[in-house]
Amino acid sequence: MNEFAKLPDWAAIIIAILILAGAATTLIGSLGLWRLNSFYERLHAPTLGTTLGTGCIVLASMLCFSVLQTRLVLHEILIAIFVTVTTPITLMILVRAALFRDSVERAETLSNMHDGSHPATSELEVNHSRPPEAT
Amino acid sequence: MSAIFLTWSLGLAKIFLALAMGIAAFRVLRGPRAQDRVAGLDALYVNAMLLALTFGIAAGDTLYFEAALIIALLGFVGTVAFAKFLLRGEVIE
Repeated sequence: MNEFAKLPDWAAIIIAILILAGAATTLIGSLGLWRLNSFYERLHAPTLGTTLGTGCIVLASMLCFSVLQTRLVLHEILIAIFVTVTTPITLMILVRAALFRDSVERAETLSNMHDGSHPATSELEVNHSRPPEAT
Repeated sequence: MSAIFLTWSLGLAKIFLALAMGIAAFRVLRGPRAQDRVAGLDALYVNAMLLALTFGIAAGDTLYFEAALIIALLGFVGTVAFAKFLLRGEVIE
């Protein structure tokens, strides 16, 4: 509270708006992680937090410390660069792992069906009606 | 006046980020498959990093920046290790 009194009015209002925007965007991204239906849809939502949310909050932090210390404080940009570089790598490896697990599961289901005694047409129907999110 | 506005918006932002962390933790606990849990963990550490940055602004202390940087580094390594484990069944071959 006491160090905020040293901030000029324009800086305090800009910092407040940036922080609120970043936190709200991150919350919306996490809500998408909760509400969306399939894994591949769910993976898109939290990137709102890693791009816009991180950008806004890092910008607010840089502005706050630059105004408070009356010099340019830019080390928060390290976090922005690091998150921007690492998020696509993480999601690419994760989606590759999910695709691999799905293909292995599908192959196992198919081979189990070929061992069974059901007729061929009903096997295909069962395979297509299988829910994609089965554990 | 603007200092009061900043204090209130910082508190609201902390509540938002804590809610986002709770939702990500829910996805870690309830995710139907293993890759959902890893995606939830990824969102969880990003939200925790942003919460640490917000605490740093509220306290006026640059020490929180280093905590946020370490959370980002170790979270990335952890998520990549989990994804590699899902892909190959082992982390170091």
